[in-house]
Amino acid sequence: MNYEQLREFAKQIRINTVECIGSLGVGHIGGSLSIADVLAVLYGKHMNVNPKEPKMEGRDRLVCSKGHAGPAIYAVLAEKGYFPKSELLTLNQGGTNLPSHCDMNKTIGVDMTAGSLGQGLSAAVGIAIGAKLRKDGATSYAIIGDGESQEGQIWEAAMYAGHMKLDNLIVFTDFNKLQLDGEVEKINDIEPLVDKWRSFNWEVIEVADGNNVEAIDKAITKAKSVKGKPKMIILHTVKGKGVSFVEKAWVGSHSMSIDAEKVAIAVKEIRGA
Amino acid sequence: MLKNMLMRDVLVEFLREEMAKNENVVVLDADLSKCSTTICLNDVYPERMLNVGIAEANMAGVAAGLSTYGFIPYITTFGPFATRRIADQLMISICYSKQNVKIVGADPGICAELNGGTHMPLEDIGMLRSIPDIVIYEPTDVIEFNQALPQIQSHYGPVYIRMHRKSPPIVHKDDLKFDLFKAMVLEKGDDVTIVASGIMVKTALDAREELAKEGISAEVICCPTIKPLDSKTILKSVKKTGAVVTAENHNVMGALTSAVSEVLVENYPAPLRSVGVKEKFGEVGKEAYLRKVFNMEVKDVVKAAKDVIKAK
Repeated sequence: MNYEQLREFAKQIRINTVECIGSLGVGHIGGSLSIADVLAVLYGKHMNVNPKEPKMEGRDRLVCSKGHAGPAIYAVLAEKGYFPKSELLTLNQGGTNLPSHCDMNKTIGVDMTAGSLGQGLSAAVGIAIGAKLRKDGATSYAIIGDGESQEGQIWEAAMYAGHMKLDNLIVFTDFNKLQLDGEVEKINDIEPLVDKWRSFNWEVIEVADGNNVEAIDKAITKAKSVKGKPKMIILHTVKGKGVSFVEKAWVGSHSMSIDAEKVAIAVKEIRGA
Repeated sequence: MLKNMLMRDVLVEFLREEMAKNENVVVLDADLSKCSTTICLNDVYPERMLNVGIAEANMAGVAAGLSTYGFIPYITTFGPFATRRIADQLMISICYSKQNVKIVGADPGICAELNGGTHMPLEDIGMLRSIPDIVIYEPTDVIEFNQALPQIQSHYGPVYIRMHRKSPPIVHKDDLKFDLFKAMVLEKGDDVTIVASGIMVKTALDAREELAKEGISAEVICCPTIKPLDSKTILKSVKKTGAVVTAENHNVMGALTSAVSEVLVENYPAPLRSVGVKEKFGEVGKEAYLRKVFNMEVKDVVKAAKDVIKAK
């Protein structure tokens, strides 16, 4: 996909996300919308995956360690054709394949179960080691949250990935500055984040506008070219990006209500953007 | 010769053979590979022998990630660090996500001896038993363990191996035909059933001899797999004897005693007495001292058996 197509893809991911959460009326909309652009660039350009063969050997993997962003993952997977888009409207209903938090045993195309924060990055490290042992050339991608980075296990995984020089591991921090209870910097500041990851022997690339597909694409391309260490791409994002009433909800957007009327307003705004 | 081997050596030799045959077998340690002696695998298979350092949560997660890739990871550390330290990682990254990770927790209960209360898992089985689908196995001796390991590896899914690193007494005969999911009647009897696991199996057998001197006939069941419990074998015996003693190297809450009680209450209520640790933390000491402190000696099993027979 070219940049115009990636922007359109990101819009469609946002629309799917809003409709998915809107079908239930409540959900983790803020942190889902903030990663729509990186998902568009990954699934629209960089990831070697095949929706017709979801378990294809040697495919790239994505661990969404901030598992509550499940709706955004479902939005991109449905758009890619892993399952019918109509399934998006079953979010969190009894018996659904699309639970609030990502579950690899329920949703086709999800590579790892997550939900208890801090655990997914370790799994992504294991996947990267697995790909090295198999010598299949696969890349292990992961998305972690800024609030999630307060978990100790993130830094256990960071230390080990740096030690193992896992250059097939590319991780994104969705740095939208907000967590459930408030502002990250006021609750337990994770800054200086670039210095932290660099000191753990990672290549660190900072993207000032983490909702810009062109900037994200360039960061991934650069990350892929670096050998001998894992890569951290810090995306400065906006929680709720693309839907103004969600952005305005600010810390309230972590999990918020969205009725049918608001879904229509959101979809109209995303389409017109 | 197998009988002279330490339990950890049985594990290491199994892993060495399996790693040679099967490129999917991976071993992970968290800075205790000298204690489990898995460190020697580093000389042979350095790429598949991963020492993550003192970071058990990450070890569990890395193992889960490797499992998603089709590997069979064994994570090895001391019992408390393999369970209570990483309970959520075991639950979510390994069990809930249905990964094929084998968890080796060394030195069950009082076998942690001089490492003391901090290192003495008396609650590990209790913590894990309510997680769906996990298999919980406490090897009895090296003869059995040697037969259990291939079955554990061919069973898809998480298995917790509560392994004594050294040499618990031999209780099985050389011609043992072990089935991981079956309890074994080691000695027949009519008056009382003693269900035992781990180091308490030998204690139960010794108690049986003492009881016999007083004309009491005890049936001894060795129950190494606490989950899933072989309730059929236990119920068959209790229907004959009408009374039960459980003997385990664990807090009596949550593990063998609880599992047996649940089966009895639902199917065939019968009086039961337990031998094991009762509402106490571990402490330092040699096994003999700790058995005395926690009332886990032969005489305690004898006393429990006589007491429960009276309650019939």
